[in-house]
Parts: sequence; structure tokens; C-alpha cells
Amino acid sequence: MEQLGLILLNGLVYGLLLFMLSVGLTLIFGMMGVLNLAHASFYMLGAFLAFTISIRLGFWAALIIVPVLVGLIGAVVERYGLRTVHKHGHLAELLFTFGLAFIIGEVVPLIWGRTPVPYRVPAALDFPLFSIAGNAYPAYRLFMMAVAIAMFLVLYLALARTRLGLVVRAALTHPDMVGMLGHDVPKVFTLVFGAGCALAGLAGVIAGNAFTTEPGMARSLGAIVFAIVVMGGLGSIWGALVASLLIGFVQTASISLDMPLGTALMHLGIPVNTAMLTDLWQITIARVAPVVPYVLLILVLALRPRGLMGTRSA
Amino acid sequence: MMLSVQGLQAWYGKSQVLRGVNLQVARGEIVALLGRNGAGRSTMLKAIMGGVARDGRIQFDGTEIGRLAPHQVARLGLGYVPEDRSIFPDLTTAQNLILGEKPGPGGKFGLDDAYALFPRLRERADAPAGALSGGEQQMLAMCRTLMGSPALLMVDEPTEGLAPMMVQKVRELLVAVAARGVTILLVEQKLDIALAISQRLYVMGHGEIVFEGTPASLAGNAQVRREWLEV
Repeated sequence: MEQLGLILLNGLVYGLLLFMLSVGLTLIFGMMGVLNLAHASFYMLGAFLAFTISIRLGFWAALIIVPVLVGLIGAVVERYGLRTVHKHGHLAELLFTFGLAFIIGEVVPLIWGRTPVPYRVPAALDFPLFSIAGNAYPAYRLFMMAVAIAMFLVLYLALARTRLGLVVRAALTHPDMVGMLGHDVPKVFTLVFGAGCALAGLAGVIAGNAFTTEPGMARSLGAIVFAIVVMGGLGSIWGALVASLLIGFVQTASISLDMPLGTALMHLGIPVNTAMLTDLWQITIARVAPVVPYVLLILVLALRPRGLMGTRSA
Repeated sequence: MMLSVQGLQAWYGKSQVLRGVNLQVARGEIVALLGRNGAGRSTMLKAIMGGVARDGRIQFDGTEIGRLAPHQVARLGLGYVPEDRSIFPDLTTAQNLILGEKPGPGGKFGLDDAYALFPRLRERADAPAGALSGGEQQMLAMCRTLMGSPALLMVDEPTEGLAPMMVQKVRELLVAVAARGVTILLVEQKLDIALAISQRLYVMGHGEIVFEGTPASLAGNAQVRREWLEV
């Protein structure tokens, strides 16, 4: 039972973190029709900048400064990069973000080196909060959850209650019409792109020290975030939330399950002939965990091409 | 002239849809733009708004708008209602209307005016706009654009696919809007409506203007109707 509680707790933290990344990506896609392949690179940039700034000014300053900084970088990239490419169509835009991901991926090790940097959890939050299932639960995990929930509330209120939020939601389905009603859609694009990058930067600040801040972090998380956005339905905020939490729980659960695949399937009532493919059934679920998001992605796309809550086909 | 279009060309990708169109609309007029499907009428409205690649002179109240972005054109006082209505389906009816307001000081046309023109919108104010019927969505799309207090309203096929009763409502709304001093450029397939409410009309074919005149002159010109309008 406690084991389940731990899985739920960790799954929720991980899921909310994934949402922080995927919501920016899905908003940008919904409005501009472009999958930003560099999105996870802004997450990595956030983690490395947080490392540097926390050394000079402390973690709390980094928590405020870095999202703003990464958001500004994102806005500049959109305004002076993407916007000029926009007239050549979506493929050009996609290739632009592809190139951008490589540039950030090369610049980061140039500045910070190729090995992980010692970005640490702040001392004030570096203690075990309580014990669950025989594990000490770090206070910092709870802090991550609090930041993620606060972010979610602010984002929700901004989209539901403000005029700009209305413009953004309308532009998710009909960006051209929004412009013809007199709203400066290119400016809104820049704002949304910047805000999405700021959220990715924030995720980098709070996750970089809980996990590892190293030059490969964008690649490993990027693919999962794409899977989430497609699974949830391109452009759907609620879809991104549901898919993030789903992947968060499923992956946390499968990592902590040390059970062989064959045994797990039999527990689920799926009969397998263990005499055939003996080696396959001996693999533990934990080792299969990394592939689970993509299996879910393919299942969702096969059964429901629009994604869980999307309105258009991927 | 309120709107003056000279030598307007427009393209979808590499294919040219408008081949040098001249068109004028005077303040207070209802001008109808007729023609068969594919003649270029819808593209004409989009090109004026800046929604497609275009070339040529477009003047609105003496200002050259041929190179402006859609939101700049809209802010000068041009309102556009597209053929597909482009309702924001996830937002409520009221939110759709509010988005028609332009940034800056409030205009002459507000929520109460929209509800007065079509009371059903007040009843469905908090319903998702995607749940409205086709006719209700058409009224919503027109009222949403009117919320921006346009001086010139361009409406693309507002009666298409609607039941006769809704067609009548749309027609009444257009007449009521014109009575408030709004100039109207109407793309319409139904000849009877165009003949009844417009002061002047243009007929388009193959991306060019093929006839220009009054409803009476078109009614008396069977050859133009046969060649360019009747199916």
C-alpha cells in the first residue's frame, strides 16, 4: 500500500514536470502549426543557467531569473528567427527548430563542458520530509510539486480569465480569423513562444538538480515530451495534462516494478506461453520502462489518431 | 470612394486566382459580388483583408492597405465574415463576441446590440459556440465581426446551407446593419437576395469582373445571367 502511495506521489511530481514542458509545446503547435523540436533544449538551457546563477546569486534568485531569461531568449528566437522563416511554410519552420536544437545542444557543452555539472538541491530543502515504503521522501520533491501546481493554476487563470488567454485559445483553432478580427497574431505568437520557453526553463530550474544536469538531458526528455503532446492531441491543453500524468504514473510505476514481464502479464490475466521466447518473459518491467511511453503513443495513435483530447489528426 | 480596388491580383501558391480586378464601394452602399463557385469572389474578400498573397492597389478611406497585415486592415475599420464562419468552437458564444472587440477605445456596437439583433445569442451566451446550429453560428460570426464596429462589413455567402427561415433572418440582419450606417460588400450565391437588397452589383468570372451595374440592369440582362451566373 505504501509502495502504491510512493508511486502515486512520484508519478504526480514527474507527470506535472512533464506537463510543464508539454503545455508550452502543445500551445505553440496549436497556434503556429509547428512542432518546436528545440523545446526540450530550452529546458536544458534552464537547468544550466540555473546552475550558474545559483552559484552567484543562490537558488531562489535563479528560480525567478532563469524562466524570465529563457522566456526572453525564446521570444527573441521567435521574433527574429521563426517569424522570418514563417513565410516559407511549416517545413522551413520545422527545420529551423531542428537546427536550433542542434545549436543549443552544441553551445551548452561548449560553455559548461561535456560532463554533468554539480547543480545541487538548495540546502534549505535538502532533507527527508517523511518516510514512505522504507524510503526517505525528499522535501525537495514536494517543493517541485508545489511549484508545478502553482504554475498550473497561474496558467489556467491566464487562459480562462484574461482577454489575452481568450485570444490564445481562439488562435488554437482559427489563427487567421483572430487576426482578421484585429488582434496582432504575430505578437501573440511571440508571447506564447516566449511563455512556453519560460515554462520549459522553469522545469529546467526545478528538475535539473533533482535529476542530472548534463548535455544529454534535452534529448532524453525531448522525445517523451513529443510523445505526450501527440498522445494528448496536438494543441489540446487538457490532453497534454492527461497524457503527462498518465506517462508520469505509468513510467514511475514500471520503473519501480521489479517483476518479470511474463509474471506481470499473467497477473493481468493475459496468458503467455513462457516456453516460447523464454528470455523475453524474463525481462523485468523496470527495464522495459523507457519504451512504455512510445508503446502508449503508438496505441493511442492506432486507436484514436486525433490523440486523447485533440480535434485534429496528427 | 470608401473602398477602391485597382488591378488586384491574388494567388494560392502558384495558381493565380484574381487577374486584375477593379472594384469600388461608396460609403453607405450595399454592393453585391456575384459569380459561380471558383470565380474568385471569396479570394477577393480575403485579398482585401490581406489573407492571401496579393498585388495591386487597395485604398480604404484614402489609405493604401495593399501591404498591411490582416489585423492592421481590420483596425482601420474593415470587418470580414468568412464563408466557413470560423467560429471558435471551444469558447462560449459570449467569449466569441468579446473577441470581436478591437483593442483600444470601445466602439459603437456592443454585446447588447448583438443580443438585440439576434436574441437567441443571449439565450446561448454561455454555451460552447461549437454547439450552436449552423444558422446560429452564422449570426454569431456576423455579430462577432460587428463587435469591432467596422465601417465596411464584408460578408462571404452568409446564407449558404441555411434553412429558409434563417436565410430570412440573415437578410434582415444585413438590412438592419446597413440602416445603422455600415457599408456592406456581400458575396452571395442567391440572386434574389442580391437583387433585393443591393444598390449595385458586380459579377465575377475566371478571376475578373465581367459585369458591373444596378440590380435592374442585371435583371434585364439575360445574357450575363446565363453566361456567368446560372448553373
